[in-house]
Amino acid sequence: MSGDAPITSLWQATRAIAWKDLTAERRSRELLSAMLVFALLVILAFNFALDLDPKTRGSVASGVLWVTFIFAGTLGLNRSMATEKDRGCLDGLLLAPIDRSAIYFGKAIANLAFMLIVEAIVFPLYSVLYNVNLFLPGLLLTVVLGSVGYVAVGTLLSSMAVQARTRDMLLPILLFPVALPVLIAAVKASAGYLGGLPMEEIIPWLNLLGVYDVIFITVAFMVFDFIVEE
Amino acid sequence: MKSTPTALKILDAASALLIAAALALVFGYAPMERTMGLVQKVFYFHVSANWVGMLGFLVAAVAGGIYLAKGTPRWDVIEVAAVEIGLAFSLIGIVSGSIWARPIWNTWWTWDPRLVTVTVMELIYIAYFMLRSGIEDPDRRARYAAVYAIVGFLSVPLTFLSIRMFRSIHPVVITSSQAQLSPKMLQTFMFSLFAFSVLFVSLLWHRVRLGQLTAHIERLRLKLSE
Repeated sequence: MSGDAPITSLWQATRAIAWKDLTAERRSRELLSAMLVFALLVILAFNFALDLDPKTRGSVASGVLWVTFIFAGTLGLNRSMATEKDRGCLDGLLLAPIDRSAIYFGKAIANLAFMLIVEAIVFPLYSVLYNVNLFLPGLLLTVVLGSVGYVAVGTLLSSMAVQARTRDMLLPILLFPVALPVLIAAVKASAGYLGGLPMEEIIPWLNLLGVYDVIFITVAFMVFDFIVEE
Repeated sequence: MKSTPTALKILDAASALLIAAALALVFGYAPMERTMGLVQKVFYFHVSANWVGMLGFLVAAVAGGIYLAKGTPRWDVIEVAAVEIGLAFSLIGIVSGSIWARPIWNTWWTWDPRLVTVTVMELIYIAYFMLRSGIEDPDRRARYAAVYAIVGFLSVPLTFLSIRMFRSIHPVVITSSQAQLSPKMLQTFMFSLFAFSVLFVSLLWHRVRLGQLTAHIERLRLKLSE
């Protein structure tokens, strides 16, 4: 502990917190493996629940993918805050002489990274399993925009849910109704790209995703201080 | 805490009279709708109930914002009161809408943007109460609830917008250019809206008083146990 170079800027502190989460995950691989196995199980469940034969597959693929991502994402969001709380790390973070928003942004970036990694593994697997090409630039953009919105709200709400008695149950109940616009817009935009619809039918959905991302990142930035305040 | 203030008693009487008068207007003054018949009369109270529901959630979000800015417990009490009233009236809106939809759309329910948005709103504010009941520390509970009231309310227009990009069959009676109502219907409708708004204020006041009394009792209990 030298103390001669305190972390001051928001960006540096954010990067440090995100890096801490990513390093911890790189060493344990608890969260990613759980998210990934869970995602594959959801796809497997859909395969039999919806009887994904080649005809129905085309119309439901984007729905199946997004429900998978969102369920796996909830798993990650729950876990990321719970580890901080259980081991008393949250108090340590709060004591650090940094802007509180850095905790939010750091956590959100780490959560986003986990979600994107899971998506990056599910995409090729889904492509091989169901013989569709998912690697369309527009679809990848949709996935990023959707994940950003979901994680922006999810990180905020998970830091509230973690303080509640019923925390594991509470997060999806708080998050799903608020994140519904993300799900709808992302599913529609993805279906548009997969179905080869013209751009003018997809653009409104992308706009909606963008607006959602901007609004909720801003709001989370403004109210996060009140959540961690002691 | 004193007994019911006189102003509140007057307001109670006024809202009872206004609701009775609105009922009389709906059944005695407003003309019968040509194609829909009697069931159209549900429209006046249906829209009014939904209006009060939205008003409740709006008041809750504003009260949440003020609570976060100032930290006075009073605004937390107002916020809970408004959410509770909003939930109850949105439910009245859904049920009365279903009663109208059965003969007119030939179904109790359809996945129309307004219907889904109201339902999602109900779910958000049910989650709001689950969040409250899960947190014991009163100060933290109030802060989290305020944050959720704001976040939840902001998501509602986006939900509505996203679902509206699907096809909608819900009648749009009041457009920006004109209302598709005969003058007598419009007068009845406006009167119902007004009556329900007064009722809202009266209920809110009662509920806030109840919340303050509950807080008062909690404080007394704490003193006793000390």
